[in-house]
This record gives sequence, C-alpha cells and structure tokens, in this order.
Amino acid sequence: MTDVVFYFQVHQPFRLRRYTFFDIGANHEYFDDAENRRIVKRVAEKCYLPMNAQMLQLIEQHAGEFRIAYSISGTALDQFESWSPETLASFQALAATGCVEFLAETTSHSLSGMLDLDVFKEQVQSHAQRIERLFGTRPCTFRNTELVIDARIARAAESLGFEALLGEGADHLLGWRSPHRVYKPEGCDALRLLLRSYEFSDDIAFRFSNKTWDQWPLYASTFAAWLHELPEEDVFVGLFMDYETFGEHQWKETGIFEFMAHLPAAVLAEKRFRFRTPIEVARANAPVAGLAIPHPVSWADAERDLTAWLGNPMQRSANEALYSLAPSVRKLDPQSQLALRRDWERLTTSDHLYYMCTKWFSDGDVHKYFSPYASPHDAFIAFMNVVDDLTRRIAAADVAPKTAEQRTTADVLQKR
Amino acid sequence: MLGWEFPPHISGGLGTACFGLTRGLQHHGVEVLFVVPKARGDEDARFVQVLGANQVPIEERVREKRRVQRPKTVEETVELREPVYATRVHEERTSRPVTRTRRVVLESTGERPAADPLDPQVGALDPALARVLEIIEVDSLLSPYQTETGYRERLARVGRVARLAGEPRAPSLVYEVVETVLEPAAVTREARERVGELRRTLVTSRTTLEDHEEEHERVVVRPPLEFSGAYGPDLHAEVARYALVVAEIARTQQFDVIHAHDWMTVPAALAAKNVSKKPLVLHVHACEYDRSGEQVNPVVRDIEQTGLDGADRVVCVSHYTAGVLHKRYQVDEAKVRVVHNAVTHKEQVEKLHEEQRIDEPIVLFLGRITYQKGPDYFLEAAARVIEALPRVKFVMSGSGDMLPAMVERAAQLGLARHVHFTGFLKGAEVERMYALADIYVMPSVSEPFGISPLEAMALDVPVIVSKQSGVSEVLRNALKVDFWDVQDLANKIVALLKYPALHEQLSAEGWEEVRRIRWETPAGKVRDVYRELAP
Repeated sequence: MTDVVFYFQVHQPFRLRRYTFFDIGANHEYFDDAENRRIVKRVAEKCYLPMNAQMLQLIEQHAGEFRIAYSISGTALDQFESWSPETLASFQALAATGCVEFLAETTSHSLSGMLDLDVFKEQVQSHAQRIERLFGTRPCTFRNTELVIDARIARAAESLGFEALLGEGADHLLGWRSPHRVYKPEGCDALRLLLRSYEFSDDIAFRFSNKTWDQWPLYASTFAAWLHELPEEDVFVGLFMDYETFGEHQWKETGIFEFMAHLPAAVLAEKRFRFRTPIEVARANAPVAGLAIPHPVSWADAERDLTAWLGNPMQRSANEALYSLAPSVRKLDPQSQLALRRDWERLTTSDHLYYMCTKWFSDGDVHKYFSPYASPHDAFIAFMNVVDDLTRRIAAADVAPKTAEQRTTADVLQKR
Repeated sequence: MLGWEFPPHISGGLGTACFGLTRGLQHHGVEVLFVVPKARGDEDARFVQVLGANQVPIEERVREKRRVQRPKTVEETVELREPVYATRVHEERTSRPVTRTRRVVLESTGERPAADPLDPQVGALDPALARVLEIIEVDSLLSPYQTETGYRERLARVGRVARLAGEPRAPSLVYEVVETVLEPAAVTREARERVGELRRTLVTSRTTLEDHEEEHERVVVRPPLEFSGAYGPDLHAEVARYALVVAEIARTQQFDVIHAHDWMTVPAALAAKNVSKKPLVLHVHACEYDRSGEQVNPVVRDIEQTGLDGADRVVCVSHYTAGVLHKRYQVDEAKVRVVHNAVTHKEQVEKLHEEQRIDEPIVLFLGRITYQKGPDYFLEAAARVIEALPRVKFVMSGSGDMLPAMVERAAQLGLARHVHFTGFLKGAEVERMYALADIYVMPSVSEPFGISPLEAMALDVPVIVSKQSGVSEVLRNALKVDFWDVQDLANKIVALLKYPALHEQLSAEGWEEVRRIRWETPAGKVRDVYRELAP
C-alpha cells in the first residue's frame, strides 16, 4: 500500500503596527489589530471556511477513506477566537469526523527550537494542551515552525513524548534516499520522521496556477496518475503545504478547489493507494534507516535552510534582542503579568524575522513574499522599537536580572 | 547631444547624468557630438588658468576646420564675443593630449580639478571615448538649474572678467539661421521680446548679405546688447541666443538624433530639429513643477510644454517624473520612456575612510538649499531627533535661495548648537563630507531622480530618501519616507543611530547595490530609443 499524507499548515501572525521611536515608553499597543482582523476575516472567507466545508464533504463522501492533517498555530487560534469563531467551529467539525489529525507545534509559530530549548518546550506543551482542549485529542505528531528540523529538535520532540516528526525532504538531507520511506532521526530511540515530497507538494502549492509551466493546467486525474506511477515500495507520499494555498495563494479562479474536490476519488481509483494521517503512517511503518540531521533544514527557498529568518545582521540582532529577554519573561507571573508574557510570545513568531529578509534583493524579486512593510528595514525598525519598549516594561515589572544561559543566534549560526 | 557641464563638477545633477550617459553610450558604440554651454572667463581663477594656457591650439584647429565659412576681416569689425568655441577631441589627439582633454578624463575618474589638473598620468584620454565623442563648447552663461537672479549675478561677474581680459573675439555666423531658429514656438512671446533687439540686429545683418559669401564677410554687426559682450541681457534671452548657436551647429554637423536635456536646451533642440529635420529626444531630469511646486514660472513652463509637444520621444528619469509629465503637461504616454539614472564609479575611495571622525554622529543634508530639496523638513526632523538623542550633529551643505531662511529656522527651533551650515561644497570636499557623515538624508519634495544618494552609498553611507524621488524607485537598501512625514524621518534617523545592525546592513548592502547600478544599463535603453527613431 502507498499512503497519501496531506498535512496543511494554518497560520496567522500578529502583525505589528508602525511602531515608531516616539511610541517607546508612551504606547504599549504593539499589534495592528484592525489589520490582523481584516486579514484573518478575508482569509477565512476565501480559504478556511470554503475549504473546510469542502474537506468535510469529501470526508463524508469517501466514508472515512479521505484523511488529512492540520497544524494550526496558537496565534491563528487566538485570531479565530477573537475575530472568526466560525472558522474555529468548522475545524472542530472536521475533528469530530475522526479522519483528521491535529499536529503540535510551537504555539507562537516561533524558531525557539533553534535558540532556547526551555522556551521551546513551554511553547510546544502549551500548544499541545490547547489542541487537546479544542479538538479532543492530544497531538502525537510534531511539526516545527517552517518545518525546521535538526538532531536537537528531533531529540527535544521525542523527550516531549511525540511519536512522529515532520520534516522537509531536502536533497542535501536525503542524498540518494527516497522521501517516500519512514526514517528515524539519528540520536532518537523511536521517533519516526516523515518527510515532505517537495516535487509533488509544490505542483499543487506553487506551480498549479503557473501558466508557463508545461503541465498547466493541472487536473486531478493527471496528478493522481503521477502518484500511481510511484513504485510499490514507497510507503507514503508527504503532501505538506500551507492551507492558504487554497483560495489565497492560488485564487479560487485557478480551479484549485475543483482540483481538490476531484483528487480523492482520482487517487483512490487505484486500489494500492489510500489516504492516511501522519501518525497512522508512523505507527504502521518501521523506519528503514537512521538519518543524520547535523544542520537545520527547513522547507523554505531553494536553500532549505534558516537564512530567510536569520540570514542578515538585522535579523540576527533583532532575534538576540528578543531572546535576551527570555529568562526575565519566564519569571513573570503567569496570571497577573499575562499581557507582558503574551506580548513577548507573539514577538517570537517567525514571520517578524521573515519580513526583515533581504535575500530576494539579489534576485530582483522584492515582492516574493507578502509583507505588511514597505521594506525589510522598516520591519526591523518597528520590531526593534517594540522590543525596546517591552524591555523597559519587563525591567519595570521588577523581575530578577537575567541569567542568560540560552543560546544566542550567533551560536546557532556558528554551529551550522 | 545638447548637454550640460562636460566634464561635471557639481555633485549629482545634470552634468553628472550627461557625463555618465555619454560614457555609457560609448560602451554601446554610439557616437556622440556633445554640445555644451560654457562661459569663458567664469569659474574660479584656477579654472581660467587651465583654460587660458591651452585654448590657442584648440582655436587654431577650429579655424582650420571652418576656414571656408569664416569671414576673414571680421576680427576688426565685430564686437561680439566669440560665441562658438569648439573643442574637437579626435582619435589622433590621444597621443599628445592637450590639457582640456585631460580635464575630461580627470573628472571621469571622479578626481576633481583640485587633484592636479596638469598631471599627465591622470590626463591620458580614454581612447575608446575619444573615438566616439566630440565636444563642442558654446560660449554661454547658461548653467544647470540657473535662475534669473543667478544668471544676472553671473553675468555681472563675468562681464567684469571679460573686460579685464580684453581679448578680441572671433565672430559667429549665427545670423544665418536666425529666421529658421525663431520660427519654432519654442521661444515664447516673452522670451522673444527680450531678444527682440538681438533678433532685429541679426535679421538686418542677414538681409544685407543675402546672396554672396563675400558680402557676408564684410558685415558689421553692432553689439546688440548694451552690457557684457554677447551674452543675453537675461536668462531667456541667453536661452534664445544659445538656440541660435546650436542651430548653426546643427546645420553644419552630421548626426542622426538630437538629444536634449531639460528646458534650457529646449529652444536649441527645437531649432536644431527644424534645421536638420532629425528626430528629437527630450530628456527630462526635472521640470518646473519639481523646482517650484505650484509657483511655476509660466515662461519656463511654456517652454517645457513646447519641447514636450515637439519631441519625438520623451525620456524621463523615473516613473515618478513620467507621472508628473502626464498629469501636468498631458504628454502622450506612448512617446514616454523611463530610463533611471546610474552612478559613475570612482576608484580609490579607501583613503577617505581614514578620516578622523568627530565624536557626535553626523546626519548630512547635501544639495541645493531650495524648495525642491526639502531642507525645511530636514530641520523639523532634526528638532525631533535632538529631543531623543541630544548628541547628534546635523550638517547642511549647499547653497540656495532658502539658505538664509534655514539658518533662521534652525535658530528658532533651538538647534543652533546642533546644526552646521557648510555652504556650497565642491569636488573633493563633497566626498570628504560624505565620508564624515553617518547618515545621508535626501528629503526632496519632488525629485525626478536624485543621484546624490547613490554617491553617498558608494562611500558606505546609509541613506534616507523621500518617496517623492525617482531614486527611491530603484533603491532597495535605503530607508524611504514621505517628505512631509518628519516624524517618520526622525524615527528612521534615530533607528539608524540606535540600531547598529541596521546601519551595518544598509552600509554594506547599499555599497553592493550601488556597485551594480552602472551607466551602461540606462545608456542601453537610450540607444534603444535612438534606434526607434533612426533605425
């Protein structure tokens, strides 16, 4: 049997408002609520609600033979609770079918796993608890922000009790090996590693609407036929992508919804194929080999590394400024100083660093990624001003001086 | 090409753009006949000396070339100062370059005359450039960005210099083309009136020599204008006079396309087009709305309108300017081409980094202190920065009609101790100033392009530019603000001073970025425009 594994990432960051130097000390409203609300409502309308309705219908139609997985970041859940409760309800309806697995991640969609394992564990555990509370099952599969994995993350995930870990099937990680097998990260005892099949995934996530692609327009039958050509030894195909692919990155007009509506039947037409969730695949298949992951691997860009978040001096210093506050934040009272803790946590969202990325400059493609800022420099300035203000507030909250033992960005990069 | 300041000696600006473009065209194998106004006897003493020592062989050469056309007896009978003064830089000259030729190269490498204009090592003419470039200097008081007041001041100054020199001048043949030239509507009614006297004199002269070359030689042309030799009594008259001379050049020279830069060359360009029937490219670096906001000079505006209407193609230096031309002059978009400027790269800037810096960080404004450049917004932002960071120096380099008001405003804002005015900087001083600066700010209200931020970036200085500038369309490693948003400007200045990573990022990446902005690219686009017109 060959299992087709769909995992969709659902995430919304808390974007910052244009916080200037003159706001420091005078104004502690960091986030652009109006804009965040507008965006989450728009995406709900264009993507989450129609897609969830379609998924629910497909699951019912195929009587349990169509299965999928989601990872929903804590910041996205916050926004659904505040501004789009119907979206949250529609995910809960999907959970009730029993055909949907919900994964664990860091609640603020952060890169804390690379920088501060204490922060990381806290963020993962609070997210796992919340997923259990909202969707009824404690997550057994972990996926890290931007699919970043390395040996440390794998061990940390295992120590937190997870059975499976998702990662990017990067060429430099696999070498000659196939992404369609289950692996065990080196240094782990039982953790199963499921990798993304980037070619199949990107056919849907990136190339689908590209009219210059020689396979355009892509039909469900064509895509299913490609899957059907896979050798029998392939135990699964990981189709991992942003959920916003449907209706947001690929507009409704491209036919992406129709494509998904027809795909399950087309895939299931071949008896060897079925849909399974990550944990089902992990439990059913013993690892074929151990895999060494000495350096961080992500699903971003051609490099599949961390340079989109920690590639330039601005990103590194912003990150250092933020994580130097971690020990102080940990000492804050979880109840009375919740606002302070939450503000800090929302700043750890990786998107803030991504907005500061200057990698695209050399490609001449500034608009490669949607950013609320006119430039990476503007993103840096707003972020640093906010961190400056937060630093003052935390200091004023009278916490003990920091005992920084956590790793700095420089450490991470040196190790790479 | 009807250009400006060759070689250039003012930072940024028209001269720099014309020079860079010409070098770039050379790269694409385009031959350029460069016509440029240049006053004799103006500029500082050093400059005059350099010229004086070398003008004789050049003049001789010109006479040789034009012997047939030139009246023999004129030198005694004519009181006009020599209006046409030609420098021809030919291939064969490269073996023994004259000093004039050297100056071209001197400044092409970014070395300013202060370096040592007579150094033969620096002076060797780039043979490739010599093959495709010919320069004709026209004796004229026109200079980039001139205003009526500036023109009159210059006229008064030069008038004195000229009398002191007391040299007899060669005559011109401009009267031959007077009628042709003045037919185009380029010279507006007001301008025409101002040159009326000149025109009548010339037309009268012309009627007496209608048929025969011989007669022509005997004509006595009265000095048409009361003061200062042959220069026009005011800016518009001078612009018209320049047009007469250029028309003559157009009549006698071979070329395929006319390429003119900004309004002062518009009458000349239209005259040249009329005489030669060759297509005209009007290159807009700035228009009257950029310079003056809503308070436009209607005469200048009309000249621009006529030029834009009469041009076969309009090249503008940014999409921003294309928008202004469309909105204000209703220019047909089909004939507009956007060609962003570039920057001429300089060798040997390393030594500038050894400058001993003063303690306080320096935020620099460098440019004309005029409405267009937004100096007032710089000061308002400075006042806000000082509130937060009292130990910052603000330097305003440049001169202009708003300078006195800015000095007063700085005092009013209580910034006297923090703001320094250096006056107009030239040549090496400019680079030295950039090298001293920690941040360069260009808060222009309306800047069609703005080359100076590129010059600052080439010296590792992070820049903040207004979004109302063409250069902001091409730059990525620069901070951008709306010129009126002084709060944001102050915020960004503070951020650059407070967050070293931002400074480092912009400085290092900015330098890399500027290195890739070369004149070959815009020159290639200009060549394509030429090809559209003259396949």
